Formats: sequence, C-alpha cells, structure tokens
Amino acid sequence: MNLEVCLEKRLGDFSFASEFSLQCRRVGVFGPSGSGKSTLMHMLAGLLRPDRGHIRLDGETLFDAASGVHRSSQRRRIGVVFQHAHLFPHLGVRRNLLYGYKRLPRSERKIDPETLVDVLNLGSLLDRRVTTLSGGERQRVALGRTVLSCPRLILMDEPLNGLDEGLKYQIIPYLKKVFAEFDIPLLFISHSLNEMRLMTDQVLELANGRLHAQSCAHDLALRRMGNNATGYANMFELRDPRPRNGLFGYRWGEQELLLTAEGDGLYELSSREITLFKRHPEAISARNLLHCRVMNLRKAGNRLAVELDCGGRQLVSQVVEDAAQDLGLEPGVEVFAAIKASGFRKLY
Amino acid sequence: MIDFSPTDYEAMALSARVAFSATLASIPFGFAAAYLLVFVRLPGKALLNGLISLPLVLPPVVVGYLLLLSLGSHSWLGGLLSEMGIRIIFTWKAAVIASMVVGFPLLVRSICIGMEEIDKRLIQASRTLGARWYDTLLTVILPLSGRAIIAGATLMFARSLGEFGATIVLAGNIPGVTQTIPLAIFDYTSTPGGDRMALGLCLVSIVLALSVLLFNEGLIKRFRRSNRP
Repeated sequence: MNLEVCLEKRLGDFSFASEFSLQCRRVGVFGPSGSGKSTLMHMLAGLLRPDRGHIRLDGETLFDAASGVHRSSQRRRIGVVFQHAHLFPHLGVRRNLLYGYKRLPRSERKIDPETLVDVLNLGSLLDRRVTTLSGGERQRVALGRTVLSCPRLILMDEPLNGLDEGLKYQIIPYLKKVFAEFDIPLLFISHSLNEMRLMTDQVLELANGRLHAQSCAHDLALRRMGNNATGYANMFELRDPRPRNGLFGYRWGEQELLLTAEGDGLYELSSREITLFKRHPEAISARNLLHCRVMNLRKAGNRLAVELDCGGRQLVSQVVEDAAQDLGLEPGVEVFAAIKASGFRKLY
Repeated sequence: MIDFSPTDYEAMALSARVAFSATLASIPFGFAAAYLLVFVRLPGKALLNGLISLPLVLPPVVVGYLLLLSLGSHSWLGGLLSEMGIRIIFTWKAAVIASMVVGFPLLVRSICIGMEEIDKRLIQASRTLGARWYDTLLTVILPLSGRAIIAGATLMFARSLGEFGATIVLAGNIPGVTQTIPLAIFDYTSTPGGDRMALGLCLVSIVLALSVLLFNEGLIKRFRRSNRP
C-alpha cells in the first residue's frame, strides 16, 4: 500500500491539518479523543470533504482540492469497520455479510465468502438476526462484511471500544487471522496502546488535529510509559506448557519462563513487575531469574525504561533514577531480572 | 338496523375508494418528498417544507378553491387536460386529488420523522460497501422507513375518509358520483328528518376509522416482529 495524504479541514473550533505518506501494510492512528482520528478516517473514506489537500492511494487520486477531484465513497473501495458495527438491522447476518460482496463486479470478487465465514467462525450465526448478536459477534460480522467488499484498504475506527476487556482479546486473534489470510492493508484507529502493539507495525500519533509523531508501536509504548500507570506491557507469545512443580514452564527463546497460568496464548507482563539485580541473588521468591544485558535506557517521566536483551529476546523493565545509579545501569551492563511467576496476565 | 339507501352505500364505497386511491397514489410522492427533506442538501429546503405543509394549516376550502382555479377549464392545466380528453372537476378523481393534497403533509411528516430516526452511519456504511445513492435508498432507507410509511399512510387514509371542505369545492356533492360519507352526512343534517340517517353514517364512519387504526396497529406490530424480534 502506498498512501499519500495531505489534508486540511475546519470543523467549528477544531481544525485538522496533517501530511504523511505510508508504505506499511498495518498502520495505526493513535491519539486521545478529539485529536482528529475520526475526522481523518471520514475524509479517507470519502464521508467528509476536506477543505484543502489531496489523498492518493497506490498512485490513484481519490481527492484533490486543486483539481476538484472527489471520488465518492462507493467508488473509493476503502472499507470501513465502524466503532459500533452498524449492521443493517433489517437484514439477517448472511445478507449483511454479502451486502458489499453482491455489489462487486464478478471479476473483483477475490475473496470467497465461505473461506471468510470459516476464518471468522461465523457459520453458526449466518441465519441469525443481527439484533440477537452479542457485541463481539457483531464486530466479527461487521469485519466480515467489510472484508467481503474486497477493499483496497480497511479503516477500523476503534472497533474494540465498545467491548469489555475479555471480549476485546477474543476478537484480536480473528482480526490478525483475517488480515494475514486476505492480505488487506489496514489503518487501525484506537487510543489503546495494547491494540496498537498487537495490530500495527507503524503508528501515526495525532494530537489536536496535527500529526505529532510517526513511529513504530513499540517506540510509542516506550515513550508513553511515563504517563501510563501500568507501565510498559511486555508481550509474550507462549505455547506448550510443561508442568513444573505446580507451575507451568514455557520456552521463551533460549530460556524457560515459569508461570502460574496454564495455556497457549498471548501473555502480558508489566515493566513494573520486573525487578533488576546487579549480581546473582542467592535465593529469591520470584521464580524467574533471567540473565540480561542492558541495551538502552530511556527517560519516561520520572522513571527510566530499561530495554534488556535476554538471549536475543527483548524485555523492558522500569526503574527510578536513583535505582539506575545504584545498579550502575548503562548500555552493555549485565544484570539479572527477576519476575514472579504470577506477574504474567493472559490476554488471549 | 338502519335502512341505508343505495346512494348511502355508494357514498360508503366511494369514500373507501377515494381514500384508498389517494393514499396509494401519494405514497411514492410522499416518500420522495420526505427523502428530499431529510437526506438531500437543497437550497430553499425550508420553503419546500413550508409548501408541503401548507395544506395542513390552510382552511380546506381554500385548498379546494385554489385547486379548482388551477384545474378548471379556464386554467392552463385544465385546458391541457380537457384537450387530452381528461375531465377532473366534479368527478370522483377530483375527490381523490382533493384528498391527496390535504392529506399529503400528514404523510410526509410521518415519513420524515421515521427517516430522521435512521442512523446516518448505516447510510455511510452502505456507501462504503459500494452502494450508490439509489441503491442505499432502496435497500436501507426504504425498509427502515417502513413503519413510518405505514403510520403516515394510515393517518392520511383517515384524513381522506373525513375530507370535506376541499372535496365539496372541487368535486361537488353529487350523489352516486362524488358524494362521500361526510358529504352525505352533511346532506342528511340539512334535510328535515335526516338525523337518524346522519347518525347511521356517523356510526359507519366510526367503524371505518377504528378498523383502519386497528389494521395499522397490526401492520406495525408485524413489521416490528420481522425487523427486531
């Protein structure tokens, strides 16, 4: 995907003005509410006409104020998954799913509805009315409906916002599966750091209608660690637990992690849960003691984010500045990181 | 049991025929007008809205008289129609037109209220899924306005059953030709000894109006069931 955007729009007191170009296939748009995320999405989808600027997608001009080009939404082939799904209440699940698909010329129908139904696990829902679906089911149908319209780009506007925490992480694997299977570029709008980390490679950070920064999700999370009460979330994809004296051992690179929780999936570990030692402590209560090397130190508020290399795997811990001095932390120094077996939280 | 005369039965049949025809013929126009008012950006929308609602606030006699002037044989439109061999004034068609004009605002207002309740983001969703405006109109707006259309049509039907002022001016009060129930009641009340018959026709009116309301309730319930279980 090659998306070039330069847009200006005034809406009452709010003004949006940003310019960026993207080559990456999984892009996030991050920012607090009122930062212009939705305005940007509506302009990209052709639902809101910008005052000035241009939008070019893969070399095709979708909007150009100077030459008066304004492609209508239905001709842009940009799919949107809205925050509250917005399924058609008068149609059943099947007809909702096929709404966009049926409007495609046959030659453009590149995605097989049956494959999609399998990937999103919608088989049992097909004959239901959309009003009887749960929040998570609705979002899956909405995603399927958009994917089946075979768009060149999918915009997702905080699609997980209305869902509770547990449900959110049940949907994410579906999202990842769909985008991996059908290879559709994605612009993912959210104010959740974890969602950004899981769904995107590159992140545009908006604030007050301006592009604030363009970085990768990992960098964004490190930078925001200071204003985040829960610190930086380390994420672990863990499989094949083996019982270890009442705990469960998982392979993580060259080492083994001991957890109280059992089951394959994605685990989260806050940077706060990692204690650093200068030398090998003889005996500690934490069940995981990893030998690591300090890669980098980054200031985040009144704390430091310590990026560690543990046998090729990355880990981020956080310390206050005094502690960093006592430990003599600087790039290249070797330390021991202690993690409690119960410090890990399963996301999905 | 009241002994209705043949012209009374004719008045009942005519009333039903006029109200049905007027309502059915108005629905497409009412839907289009409501669509224009709710979804299309138009200059002078307030004026259009005012024009559509005008018959609601004007005395029906005034509406009837204006229609008579514009459809009469001396007018441009009336001349054109009579050249084509179509006569409207003082036929049952005139009663239909009078009912259409007088009931139209009720229909449009009802549909507008229903359309305003449609979540605009559903329309955006259909557009981003590749539907053109007329496609969205037929597959999203029309089905979601169904209840409002039924409600508006019921109101209009009831209003047409009771139409008096515009009808008597435009269609006259010709028994068996343009005499609807209200006109027949009017005749009985101005005839000595006609009270009993007037009351009988009033009863018929009440029964008709009540059955329309019940029918409407039933339709709306069925509609709701098929749309949101």
